Amino acid sequence: MATTHKVLHGIGVSAGTASGPVAAVHPAPGVDQDEPATTDAVAAGERVRAAMKSVADSLTQKAATAPDTSKPILEATAQLAGDRGLAKAVDKLLVTGVGITRAVADAVADYAQMLSALGGYMAERVTDLYDVRDRLICELRGVSAPGIPSLSTPTIIVAHDLAPAETATLSPDMVLGILTAAGGPTSHTAILAAQLGIPAVVQVRGIDTIEDGAIVALDGGVGEVILAPSPADIELLAERSRRRAAALAGSSGEGATRDGHRVALLANIGTADDAAKAATFDLEGSGLFRTEFLFLDRDTAPTLEEQTATYTSVFESFGKRRVVVRTLDAGADKPLSFADLGPEENPALGVRGLRLSMAREDLLDTQLAALAAAYEATGADVRVMAPMVATVEEAEWFAAKVRAVGLPVVGVMIEIPGAALRAEHMLAVVDFASIGTNDLSQYTMAADRMQGGLAELLSPWQPALLQLVKAACDGGRATGKHVGVCGEAGGDPVLALVLTGLGVSSLSMAPSKVNVVRAALRLHDFATCQQMAAYAVDARTAKDARVAVTAIVHPTLLDLL
Amino acid sequence: MPIRTVTVASAVGLHARPAALLASAVNDSGLDVTVALPGGDPVDAGSILEVMTLGAAHGDTVTLAAEGDGADAVLDSLVELLSRDLDNE
Repeated sequence: MATTHKVLHGIGVSAGTASGPVAAVHPAPGVDQDEPATTDAVAAGERVRAAMKSVADSLTQKAATAPDTSKPILEATAQLAGDRGLAKAVDKLLVTGVGITRAVADAVADYAQMLSALGGYMAERVTDLYDVRDRLICELRGVSAPGIPSLSTPTIIVAHDLAPAETATLSPDMVLGILTAAGGPTSHTAILAAQLGIPAVVQVRGIDTIEDGAIVALDGGVGEVILAPSPADIELLAERSRRRAAALAGSSGEGATRDGHRVALLANIGTADDAAKAATFDLEGSGLFRTEFLFLDRDTAPTLEEQTATYTSVFESFGKRRVVVRTLDAGADKPLSFADLGPEENPALGVRGLRLSMAREDLLDTQLAALAAAYEATGADVRVMAPMVATVEEAEWFAAKVRAVGLPVVGVMIEIPGAALRAEHMLAVVDFASIGTNDLSQYTMAADRMQGGLAELLSPWQPALLQLVKAACDGGRATGKHVGVCGEAGGDPVLALVLTGLGVSSLSMAPSKVNVVRAALRLHDFATCQQMAAYAVDARTAKDARVAVTAIVHPTLLDLL
Repeated sequence: MPIRTVTVASAVGLHARPAALLASAVNDSGLDVTVALPGGDPVDAGSILEVMTLGAAHGDTVTLAAEGDGADAVLDSLVELLSRDLDNE
């Protein structure tokens, strides 16, 4: 059945427009939970070898017709898929009676851990190894190959939801856009799409049933998706893209309002690779370096040496520009296998963020020692902040630890309403604060940020959230200390004006959003931003706040939305 | 059993590409060849995963051992392979 012309609406999470054919992403099926124990290890070993040969052959075949850029990767993955060391490792597990797909998954996990521990080039191969595992398990279970299909033409990717790891591997050259039926605006996938500069719309109901190859147009700014678009539709979207480009032309240099009120424009990063990419953008450093990516998906904590090497590399990427490092923020949706403090009824309100560092002080001590060593080695502008700080005592405890290792600047994140209300007292014991609007919003509205269905409650336009931001900024004014924002709200050009008006002095966001925010600031005086802030905080509802503020934005900015 | 020692010349050690070339050469030879770091357990040189997880760095001396017909000739060719900077070819 041909797709008929239809307009769908979702939530735009990464601005830009695109049109082209769609390709569906199949989720990896994982280990078969119902599989029988292995009774005939020899026969099972032969099945595994046959699956390995089949996967290796299909990858080799793909490599033969692949463009030169992806050919070596496919060839190397094919070699991994046929590796005899892997076959023998699976054999060893099969003779103990482990089920066949479980044996493959566990054997791969062992090698992945060894490669991760070696770091550098070797650790990068872990992704390929997991790809091999998923393909082998599909072959053994008789289901179609998982993950992002290999693309030969620029394509719009469609999925129910995308894992952050899947999103991170997307190439902006081949992926025109991303559409998901689930996912929320502050999900990690949405954040990664914006970082990669790929237009994306989430919460597009029913999009995951569309057939492969159907033509779709999307606008990641307003969240519009057009099935079977007419040439006029495509032209309209392209025209929006051109107007954006024109409005952005000449946006460069430090962030400031039209009358010169400075607002530092910074990048949110998660890895050394992100840092290298972000450093190539015209921005003033990183306002949020999420260090947990070093700790997730592994069985042991990263060593002092490994952490020092990563931090040094990140600091070197930014040269003299600032890097605001957030210490380990794990727990809740980001559990650690080596720091599992047992199941919690309500992990978002449990031992996470700084609370985990207080329970496992050894992890924080190693991290701070590594940061101090990297700071010593580079002399970079390093500022260290703690996640999920609730009380002044916690802020004091953290500040003492950071200063004890010789790191010069210490701050706290304001993600808990209690911390926002008591910002003046918090700031009296540290050097700066940074507001994490995503978590602050979740805790202010008691709405799980992972639940796409609660998106309206989580809107950064909620006056209650903005009032707490104001409270934090008031604390900054009273103490003469800087208060920044590092949640996704900072990357929305209209909200950026509101936050500036509230008194925020830095905005950290996906690097691809910096240009638009810089252009928005340049179009407005600080007094106008203050007027917008007053309108937003005084509004009755989130919708009223947005309408009141949008009514006084410069018309050129509307082309950028 | 014929044995050779060789210093790893590849600038990045026995990482992805050099490990892949070594494993391919061993598989093409049809012989069982092991590779070991000094004092370490020998691993299957025909497995890219075993070679990579050995973690041999640039300048490390590794020991190659093989058994069977033509083992000496195969080992000589592998020594020649590891003596080259495989990443810059």
